[in-house]
Amino acid sequence: MNGISRERAEYLKEKRRQKNTITLLRIGILAVLLVLWEFFSNIGVIDDFVMSSPSRILKTLFNVGNNNLFTHIGITCLETLAGFLLGSGIGICVAIVLWWNKTVYLVSEPYLVVLNSLPKIALGPVIIIWVGAGQQAIIVMALAISLVVTVLEVLNGYAATDRKKIRMAKSFGADKKTIFTKIVFPSNLTTIFNSLKISIGLSLVGVIAGEFLVSKGGLGYLIVYGGQVFKMDLVMASVFVLALMALLMYKGVVFAEKIILGILSPGK
Amino acid sequence: MEIEDILKVENLCCKYQAENGEVEALKNIGFSIKKGEIVGIIGPSGCGKSTLLSIIAGLEKKTSGSVIVAGQEVSGVNSAVGYMMQNDNLLEWRNIYRNVLLGLEIRKECTEENREYAKRLLEEYGLGEFCDKYPSQLSGGMRQRVALIRTLATRPEILLLDEAFSALDYQTRLKVSQDVWEILKREGVTAVMVTHDIPEAISLSDRVMVLTPRPARIKNIHTVDMTEPPMKRRNDSRFSGYFNLLWEEIN
Ligand SMILES: Nc1ncnc2c1ncn2[C@@H]1O[C@H](COP(=O)(O)OP(=O)(O)OP(=O)(O)O)[C@@H](O)[C@H]1O
Ligand SMILES: [Mg+2]
Repeated sequence: MNGISRERAEYLKEKRRQKNTITLLRIGILAVLLVLWEFFSNIGVIDDFVMSSPSRILKTLFNVGNNNLFTHIGITCLETLAGFLLGSGIGICVAIVLWWNKTVYLVSEPYLVVLNSLPKIALGPVIIIWVGAGQQAIIVMALAISLVVTVLEVLNGYAATDRKKIRMAKSFGADKKTIFTKIVFPSNLTTIFNSLKISIGLSLVGVIAGEFLVSKGGLGYLIVYGGQVFKMDLVMASVFVLALMALLMYKGVVFAEKIILGILSPGK
Repeated sequence: MEIEDILKVENLCCKYQAENGEVEALKNIGFSIKKGEIVGIIGPSGCGKSTLLSIIAGLEKKTSGSVIVAGQEVSGVNSAVGYMMQNDNLLEWRNIYRNVLLGLEIRKECTEENREYAKRLLEEYGLGEFCDKYPSQLSGGMRQRVALIRTLATRPEILLLDEAFSALDYQTRLKVSQDVWEILKREGVTAVMVTHDIPEAISLSDRVMVLTPRPARIKNIHTVDMTEPPMKRRNDSRFSGYFNLLWEEIN
């Protein structure tokens, strides 16, 4: 099987070259920014007490024993996952109920619209008073932020399911439950995963906001604490870790999507 | 003793209620179909053909009149009726074999025997080797045949086809309608077939029913006096006679 034409080989080579250029540029930009940052703080153009610097951030990161960084990462991670799983799970179920019962949907629609545009962070103090100023408040915060978006997003997907496919199932005598399990749910796996991708990021927002309010531990706590005692290295290092965590969690959802769609929806 | 009428429609009326008023789609429709017959329905666009089939399939409610399938008044979806639309509506996430089983699964009739039957139909009609493939890997004509087998697997006594071939390109359509005609005749399935295509109606049907503009009434029912397969009929000397007759009537 060496029957690849010269044109094809050239085309593939060109494609690969393009891809490499993009990767190189992406890494290059980051490297240049870091080098400039380090350079200007070394020669004193940038005040590294206020701005920190890559080397100081690195030093903080390696000094994990002193600042319990791993513990804080663990706390934020768990809180985010809890908020994410609760928010998405409840959201997907609520969407089922709203799809199932049109009256319930029509009645709740204005509430959903208002809840969706309300900045959930404004509920922070209320949540703290209701569930207590601890981790539970942080998790509820994450849940509150991701829940409504999930409900609306997934419900939209359910409602947009191909009417003709539903009609086809009906022509075989399918009841509502069968229509849901055989047509609506499998049609919407991609929609559900897209909403999970949004909701994992939102949960992290909720957790950090929660940790700002009830600071006992976590990256949000570290950032607030670092700011208060003017340890910019700690703040910057935490933000850096947070960015990495957000990326990894997102990639986690993408990975799960690949696996699960591969099993449940192999034809796509 | 006369041969049993598998479908009997009497004085059927249907009015749709919508916010901006009432639409009268069917008015005093009455006809009957014998076992094994293929009946074509033609009529102007929007006259109520789909409505008629939906009511027979139990998917839509009639306003008055009666529809009797296999001796029973229709009052909802009925396992004696198979219904097929313009789109094949195959589920992309199921392979061909599992798509074909969908109707049986929904009806909770997915027995060993019925699965065997579905498999036999797939093999008999040239789709045996595609069982493990997915719909996106099949051509339009093959997909439509899969959709037909999905319906036939539930062993309907009467098959309703609503413009079932109109999404296909012309060549595929000729080929698929030839195949479908053979399948229906061989399996002895009664069929009611709505189409926009007059030659298609003549080449497949034993009788052709012409409807008036909305609200649809029966204008005429013609017996097609040809028994050969569709492609041969198109070359029959009587073919153009039928065409002209129906063309006049519909316009
Ligand atoms: N659910 C509905 N509510 C209100 N009016 C409807 C509904 N379904 C169909 N109609 C109307 O009833 C009439 C008949 O519709 P139908 O779909 O049966 O026509 P048709 O003969 O199948 O048309 P076509 O040739 O375009 O397929 C049309 O005027 C249509 O607008
Ligand atoms: Mg129609």
